[in-house]
Amino acid sequence: MNDLLIILTASFVAISCSLLGCFLVLRKMTMVADAISHAVLPGIVIAFLLSGSRDSMVMLAGAAAFGILTTFLIELFHLKGGLQSDASIGVTFTWLFALGVILISVFAGQVDLDQDCVLYGEIAYVPIDLWITKSGTIMGPRALWISAIVMVIIIAFILLAYKELYLTTFDPAFAAAIGISTTLWHYLLMSMVSLVSVASFESVGAILVVALIVTPPATAYLLTRELKKMLILSVIIGVITSVGGFYLAYALDGSIAGAMATVGGILFGLAFLFSPTDGYISRFRRKTNKAAMINALQE
Amino acid sequence: MEALLEFLSFQDPSVRMVTLGAVILTASSALVGSFTFLKKKALIGDAVAHAVLPGVCLAFLLSGEKNPLLLIIGAFITGWLSLNIIDFVTNESKIKEDTAIALVLSVFFGFGILLLTFIQHGDYAEQSGLDHFLFGQAASLVGEDLIIFLSVGLLLIALILLFFKELTLISFDRQFAQTSGLPVKWLELLLTSMTVLAVVIGIQAVGVVLMAAMLITPPAAARYWTDYLPRMVLLAAIFGAFSGFSGALISYVSPAMPTGPWIVMVATTIALLSILFAPARGIIFKMKRQQENQLKILTENILKSFYHLGQKHQDMKHRYSFDEIHSIRPSIPKPRLKKGLRVLEKEGFLRKKENSYRLSAEGTEKGKRVVKLHRLWEVYLTEYLYLDPDHVHDSAETMEHVITPELEKKLEEMLNYPDRDPHDEEIPYT
Repeated sequence: MNDLLIILTASFVAISCSLLGCFLVLRKMTMVADAISHAVLPGIVIAFLLSGSRDSMVMLAGAAAFGILTTFLIELFHLKGGLQSDASIGVTFTWLFALGVILISVFAGQVDLDQDCVLYGEIAYVPIDLWITKSGTIMGPRALWISAIVMVIIIAFILLAYKELYLTTFDPAFAAAIGISTTLWHYLLMSMVSLVSVASFESVGAILVVALIVTPPATAYLLTRELKKMLILSVIIGVITSVGGFYLAYALDGSIAGAMATVGGILFGLAFLFSPTDGYISRFRRKTNKAAMINALQE
Repeated sequence: MEALLEFLSFQDPSVRMVTLGAVILTASSALVGSFTFLKKKALIGDAVAHAVLPGVCLAFLLSGEKNPLLLIIGAFITGWLSLNIIDFVTNESKIKEDTAIALVLSVFFGFGILLLTFIQHGDYAEQSGLDHFLFGQAASLVGEDLIIFLSVGLLLIALILLFFKELTLISFDRQFAQTSGLPVKWLELLLTSMTVLAVVIGIQAVGVVLMAAMLITPPAAARYWTDYLPRMVLLAAIFGAFSGFSGALISYVSPAMPTGPWIVMVATTIALLSILFAPARGIIFKMKRQQENQLKILTENILKSFYHLGQKHQDMKHRYSFDEIHSIRPSIPKPRLKKGLRVLEKEGFLRKKENSYRLSAEGTEKGKRVVKLHRLWEVYLTEYLYLDPDHVHDSAETMEHVITPELEKKLEEMLNYPDRDPHDEEIPYT
């Protein structure tokens, strides 16, 4: 039963991350997502200090605001400050992450977060941490509820805004011409990334958020050339990653988050080598076939 | 306070060691980082920093001991592997560079975490301290470990000095370096290897996650102060060293504080100050310059209007009320116009009496010059670029504020001092 709860939580997180990740991979913005996933840390610590607990939605929102702040700062340093964009990302997220770690050390007694947990979470504790309502009813694991709610929000967002996301991703000029603001959708997408990062932080940690945002969509990207198929495929791959990662961690007695990232990497490696359309081997074969054909024609 | 003085006196040999270690490590990563920064590959350092974790863990698992040399070798192998995978995936598939970096970064790090937790849950006597790699612990830089890390740091500094010219070339103009016969492939391999080495020793001080800052932030800050590469690299090293020094100081005075995040905080503070206040490139300087330009355009436009009015009235010393001036240039908002008039009066181009204004002698001259430049430019556009006379006004509106006295003279000579513009208006000369 506990195993099932952990796998369910991880799968919900994986579905949210994979869906958003497809758009980030296509927009070449995965490193911004990486930055956001690190930079929400001070937001979480501050919200925790102010509200005294991890439960309220206010805290989620407050912490997610830091994600949007990150996006804003990256753009500010790049556009107004003239800092090249890769350096702008690097400077911003390390700064905010350092701030978060320092805050944790300063308020060590008051904040129930530790440094390691920040990086790779503790999804193994999901079944123990229960959500108990004021009347005393036990509703089940808290993280499971949070990840489920976030997943519903993300799915709704993508269903409702599919056209806008599609256009601003593939043809920003056309989108702008018919009156869809690329800036607005950029910030909306990044707010969703912040939301997912914050909600998944304590269960899976910053690194797995990035792993789940990047690996399933990148794998799906190698298997199809259609956005709709890519979204569905990456959800499936995300769930496989979660389940596979859980059992790998179980076998090795190691971090579940770490194992999930490892499985994600293995799946990507397989697609990279064996994908029928874009795999290394089929590309290589096509290249040699072409060479052979040219040779044959010349003879 | 006592602790501070104790630190600064450097009486305690371990303080000397730790500080020296932190300074050399941060300075050498800033030096190497300058070149990856200029190659616009700053985030590669982030990927390498995360990718060394599995190497460290594997080296520990295989050898069963925490020999720093073995850990460095392990870290070097996976760090180097990660860079090559990023290149390979980017070149051999439709995956873009940012995705490849994020992918390698998170998968290698996840694998590292898996190994680390496997070791922690396992039965390894010597494993404590491996997790220092995550957040860094400058205070643990003592004894034999320190000597090894210091030698690597000094080796990096020596390599940078030795290959400075070659590294500069491949960072700025790879193709030129190639055509001038430099072994570009080998030099890039050298830079890659140096990046990995800098990361491997740097994470001792700041840890995996924040290592990227040590490579990126000091060079980014230094870039704001100079265009001259040797100066930039030197500045980056100084900024890095200063951050390392401050980090060591802070964690000595307050041992509960993590060293790495404080080093990063200091470095980022320097970078933010540079982004804001650096002369020529800083945000504030740029905003000020923009404001000055806008004010210059505004005042010149006002003087030009006065000159036009003076010609109409056949009297340059004629007085106009504020509302009369505003009715000529209604596109300028009233507060802006007021500001422009105030500045012009202060600079002696206008004389004010009871809410009405007239041109001074200097003002007449300046207004005349703007009108002249406007009309000269219109002549130039019609005669040399064959534009229609009714298409030249807008361009002249801009150029009249930009043309320098040297250019003005050239234009006059080239056009042979014309006295009429394409709209048959007189071009005024002094």
